[in-house]
Amino acid sequence: MKKIEAIIREERLKAVKEALEEKSYFGMTVSEVSGRGKQKGISLQWRVGEYRVDLLPKLKIELVVLDEDVTAAIDAIVRNARTGETGDGKIFVLPVETVVRVRTGDRNEAAI
Amino acid sequence: MSVNNGDTAWILMSSALVMLMTPGLALFYGGMVRRKNLLSTIMMSFACLGLIGLLWVIYGYSLSFGTDHGGIIGGFNFLGLMNVGQEPSSVYASTVPHLAFMIFQAMFAIITVALFTGAVVERVKFIALLIFSVLWLTVVYVPVAHWVWGSGGWLAELGVLDFAGGAVVHINAGVSALALVLLLGKRRGFPQDAMEPNNIPLVVLGAGLLWFGWFGFNAGSALSSGGLASSAFVATNTAAAAAAFTWMILSWIHKRPTVLGTVTGAVVGLVAITPAAGFVTPLAGIAIGAIASVISYYGMLLLKIKRGVDDSLDVFACHGLGGIWGALATGIFATLAVNSAGADGLLYGNTTQLLKQLLGVVSVGGFAFAATWVLGKLVDVTVGLRVGQTEETVGLDLSQHGERAYGGLLR
Repeated sequence: MKKIEAIIREERLKAVKEALEEKSYFGMTVSEVSGRGKQKGISLQWRVGEYRVDLLPKLKIELVVLDEDVTAAIDAIVRNARTGETGDGKIFVLPVETVVRVRTGDRNEAAI
Repeated sequence: MSVNNGDTAWILMSSALVMLMTPGLALFYGGMVRRKNLLSTIMMSFACLGLIGLLWVIYGYSLSFGTDHGGIIGGFNFLGLMNVGQEPSSVYASTVPHLAFMIFQAMFAIITVALFTGAVVERVKFIALLIFSVLWLTVVYVPVAHWVWGSGGWLAELGVLDFAGGAVVHINAGVSALALVLLLGKRRGFPQDAMEPNNIPLVVLGAGLLWFGWFGFNAGSALSSGGLASSAFVATNTAAAAAAFTWMILSWIHKRPTVLGTVTGAVVGLVAITPAAGFVTPLAGIAIGAIASVISYYGMLLLKIKRGVDDSLDVFACHGLGGIWGALATGIFATLAVNSAGADGLLYGNTTQLLKQLLGVVSVGGFAFAATWVLGKLVDVTVGLRVGQTEETVGLDLSQHGERAYGGLLR
């Protein structure tokens, strides 16, 4: 089992979510995050002049999949989150030790 | 004179309109600060409704509008609203109850104190601000209101025109704000850190309430409900429109048309038309408003961006500069055709009115700056003007008020 953490542009969520659902990866957790990478930041305007914001709003999608599904899930995310500009985000894949479904107490594969 | 019901209804309504400007200002300012200081910023304005609202009826009104002493200050004859009743005053607003005139004036004192707080948000100690506000009302606002509006006040006697408070309210608060900032110093991290407004829609809501309330402020200052009030009303709206539009274009020339800039422009236009509203034609509002935005915009650029003076919410650039321009504009655009109790300005062939207005600007501005400096210093060496480093970093909402604007995870 692997956990996929994908940091993506806010406006790409709908496409990514639909692509994952098409491949029957339905469950996910989405949170609003701030971060920075090569994109560095953006300028915003005050009453006069500008100020620089170097932590930009992004969305983080977390989902846990079986080892054999990792490539397909990553592929769906990358294809739908990419614009080609800096700031498209990153994907991290982590090993998962245990999964528990709270309602039933099911463990691991049965709980995904 | 007897009470006129139409006039009385309008003055009571105007008092309520001006009252609403203070919570409006609280939101206008509150939206512009960082999230951790939202409540404390709102509180600095709202607390004035409690504090100044009391002081005004106890002694503020009397010392501003009581029997003149040397053109400098009013007397004790209205202390605790003594002799202020349901009959009109013998001197002010002869067609409305004296109480109605008094409460209309109360709302002006309240918002004037609230105005300068915008300069010192995010680092001033709340108790210090309260103490300073009591001193400032007593030593600065009360005499200046008497000079300009009090019967026998020396600026009034000289013929300085201030229809609704360009000098008493805006120059007074704006210049004092600057003096206070110079004493207090910058916020930690200014200007290198981004200090992002937490909620611009709140700023818009606040600006909307200010614009709405300003009809009471300016048109109410006719102290009657007839033609003059209508003229002031239209001049007010026209100036706000011209200034909002002008600021929008200025920010667009810089990059993009900002919401924050457009609503700021509206407020600056309202400031500038305040002293002129009942002395100029409604159409003069276009020039007064548009020029106000240009002056304020570049003033802000120079003071804050180039010089790094942390007048946090630009009180001097908006109210000080806007008020000074408005006072001078009154000396340029005023016409006896609009108000026979006023004067002709420069455009109508009278140069002396502009000089009188300049005298008003210099004396009110100079006095406000010097007195604020002394009072601020006094508070600083006794209770201290600034919060400690940790209190400032954590935010004033928690450190000064033990509250936070938005709840956490518990639902």
